[in-house]
Amino acid sequence: MDVMKRVPVREQEPQVRAKNFEEVCLGYNAEEAMAEASRCLNCKNAQCMKGCPVAIDIPAFIGQVKEGNFAEAYRIISQSSALPAVCGRVCPQESQCEGKCIRGIKGEPVSIGKLERFVADWARENGITPEPAKEKKNRKVAVIGSGPSGLTCAGDLAKMGYDVTIFEALHKAGGVLVYGIPEFRLPKETVVQTEVENVKKLGVKIETNVVVGKAVTIDDLQEEGFEAVFIGSGAGLPRFMGIPGENANGVFSANEDLTRNNLMKAFDENYDTPISAGKKVAVVGGGNVAMDAARTALRLGAEVHIIYRRSEEELPARVEEVHHAKEEGIIFDLLTNPTEILVDDNGWVKGIRCVRMELGEPDESGRRRPVEIKGSEFEIELDTVIMSLGTSPNPLISSTTDGLEINKHKCIVADEETGQTSKIGVFAGGDAVTGAATVILAMGAGKAAAKGIDEYLSGKKN
Amino acid sequence: MYKILKAEKLADNIFLMEIDAPRVAKACQPGQFIIAKIDENGERIPLTISDYDRESGMVQIVVQIIGASTQRMSELKTGDYLEDFVGPLGCPSDLVTDDIEDVKKKKILFVAGGLGTAPVYPQVKWLHEHGIDADVIVGAKTKNLVILEKEMEAVAGNLYITTDDGSYGRGGMVTDTIKYLVNELGKEYDHCVAIGPMIMMKFVSLLTKELGIHTIVSVNPIMVDGTGMCGACRVQVGDEVKFACVDGPEFDGHLVDFDQAMKRQQMYKTEEGRAMLRLTEGATHKNGGCGCGGDK
Ligand SMILES: Cc1cc2nc3c(=O)[nH]c(=O)nc-3n(C[C@H](O)[C@H](O)[C@H](O)COP(=O)(O)OP(=O)(O)OC[C@H]3O[C@@H](n4cnc5c(N)ncnc54)[C@H](O)[C@@H]3O)c2cc1C
Ligand SMILES: Cc1cc2nc3c(=O)[nH]c(=O)nc-3n(C[C@H](O)[C@H](O)[C@H](O)COP(=O)(O)OP(=O)(O)OC[C@H]3O[C@@H](n4cnc5c(N)ncnc54)[C@H](O)[C@@H]3O)c2cc1C
Ligand code: FES
Repeated sequence: MDVMKRVPVREQEPQVRAKNFEEVCLGYNAEEAMAEASRCLNCKNAQCMKGCPVAIDIPAFIGQVKEGNFAEAYRIISQSSALPAVCGRVCPQESQCEGKCIRGIKGEPVSIGKLERFVADWARENGITPEPAKEKKNRKVAVIGSGPSGLTCAGDLAKMGYDVTIFEALHKAGGVLVYGIPEFRLPKETVVQTEVENVKKLGVKIETNVVVGKAVTIDDLQEEGFEAVFIGSGAGLPRFMGIPGENANGVFSANEDLTRNNLMKAFDENYDTPISAGKKVAVVGGGNVAMDAARTALRLGAEVHIIYRRSEEELPARVEEVHHAKEEGIIFDLLTNPTEILVDDNGWVKGIRCVRMELGEPDESGRRRPVEIKGSEFEIELDTVIMSLGTSPNPLISSTTDGLEINKHKCIVADEETGQTSKIGVFAGGDAVTGAATVILAMGAGKAAAKGIDEYLSGKKN
Repeated sequence: MYKILKAEKLADNIFLMEIDAPRVAKACQPGQFIIAKIDENGERIPLTISDYDRESGMVQIVVQIIGASTQRMSELKTGDYLEDFVGPLGCPSDLVTDDIEDVKKKKILFVAGGLGTAPVYPQVKWLHEHGIDADVIVGAKTKNLVILEKEMEAVAGNLYITTDDGSYGRGGMVTDTIKYLVNELGKEYDHCVAIGPMIMMKFVSLLTKELGIHTIVSVNPIMVDGTGMCGACRVQVGDEVKFACVDGPEFDGHLVDFDQAMKRQQMYKTEEGRAMLRLTEGATHKNGGCGCGGDK
């Protein structure tokens, strides 16, 4: 074994997986995991932990994997993370833990994400579940939204003995984990459903089909006896470009397409959900959401182009997703920006007009700003355009809650350490506060807010 | 799970349901809608709230059988359950949220087309309960498609029924009756609410623009989540793109781009045709199974 190289992880062949919705990456088995774990140098001053937003004790858990003590490894991860089976699959490890791994200087970094995933999957398969609280506190806390931040906050509070109810607008719990990230990256029944069930086993009640701000307001919830409220409502509002032709039939937001497929299972013919699959599809954008929308369209049988205005280096998506997308045959039209969607007489998309871009001086984000190359317009014939330009927080809650401060990006203002907002007894975290970010950050914010809520309620008399 | 307290056929292809949904009943206002889902495999179906009872927790909907999902829903009986029922969604009607004294000064005309009678009813009822009598035109294709006549009679100031074929009430289109009321009876209105098929709302809006009557319509585009998350429901209103589920569903009829909205409603026509075939003939047409390509 070459210690400079990772133990390769088994994956479905690109040609095969391009036609199905099963998980792409098959993960390590015990033997592979132990071999990969043995590559860890167990650094004294572990850099990887500094790269982890929730500071999992990475060398310690990997040390246990090396010895085959998977249950102990799971216990160590669980101290810092509530959703390891999810994070092991979807975290941008290359820019977090693995990006800092000393092994990575000369060779390939340790596959920390794949090891985390292995440990979490092992725990699930062996029926290890979190322990419910021994003593109940009989004090009610409401959690709005059942994404990673809400599930984590609810789970942690339940472990402390609080009586927690999650209110979820959609008909199924999980947030982006169920409606956004596709089955082939994050299996819904096995992984996501198990996480939701685990939170329920801790005693958390989940009320689906409740849109806070419409059916009840936060003030109503406080009147119903909830002593604290956590807002984990995410950043679900899609953006469009505002170019001509954008309302044509065949132009969708990535959210619409992904929701139809993931939450509503349009790809499964036993479901009634309609979807317009398209023969030739352009996905505009370069993030994880764009990759997911593109690879979904590909699996539904389309030829798919990613149209992105910067270059490959700036693609915000996880490298693994970009790599997988290319292997599956997605075509990348980089340094390209749409200027108009061309529409036929019946109102359907027939093409897209684009302009070529080049990179100029760096902008506020530190990335080089794309500028149009004059006279470089060209057209692509196609029948479907999927807009994946990012999302922002939904104003449904902020607009119906007096005294809840938001910033100019419509994000709720909350203290990073405690989740406390400008309204007494109301806490917030995750994408609703940061704008669209990552699962691990949302989970971390849920954890911090659970602590903040506990401190707040402990200080406040019953 | 949400219990169906009552399921009743109102006319050919139109049925009424009363659902046990206390949270919705407590919060809803005229003009708002709900989304129902029959079971795990069902679609999310947006439907306007046609009546409610806060005390008993009942929410009423009236549904027209259009395709596979509404067909499947029509087969449910009193005592059955809907798996999901979420609401209230959308904004309440302006008439309900505006200053009541201002509303009292208005002369209001409602124009209901076919099934649109159901969403118009709670608004007229609300106004009636607040001492405001509005004129109501109810239009239907033919006599046995006129629904909720008795209920509407009880709350409307004047009720005018019209049928396209003249089999009941006045003959002709609702627009003919508007012209009759304004031009021949010399009635004056300063606010019109038109709810019905897109095409009817378009022609009513064209006419009221000529007559100078401010007009509100309730659009029913394709929806998925109903919370502003997908943009499937976007409608061009003047020079703005609005999401009907959160910004609407009621908009200024003189600003809505009806032609575009009608095209957008057709988006899943072939897909839905397939769903209907699957319901009636089994799963033989997936991806145009027969290979004739007639589905594309
Ligand atoms: C397609 C896609 C792919 C992604 N890929 C990755 C990835 O690979 N790696 C990664 O780390 N991150 C990824 N992300 C980002 C990540 O999923 C999010 O940052 C994370 O889910 C945010 O968690 P959250 O708990 O803040 O909110 P969400 O997961 O958005 O959950 C919010 C929940 O609140 C509910 N809600 C909203 N408003 C209300 C209301 N008024 N009342 C009741 N409920 C409400 C919503 O329905 C939703 O269920 C991806 C996101 C998308 C969309
Ligand atoms: C805000 C709102 C309020 C509505 N109120 C009512 C009501 O009170 N009573 C009633 O009978 N119908 C109402 N509708 C229309 C109703 O939702 C559709 O008739 C129903 O979804 C059709 O489903 P289907 O599968 O049976 O028909 P199909 O034609 O087979 O389905 C068509 C597909 O497109 C969508 N669709 C098709 N036609 C419409 C349409 N006119 N409006 C919206 N989506 C459509 C459906 O969601 C589905 O995805 C309302 C729609 C909206 C958006
Ligand atoms: S229905 Fe999804 S945004 Fe309106």
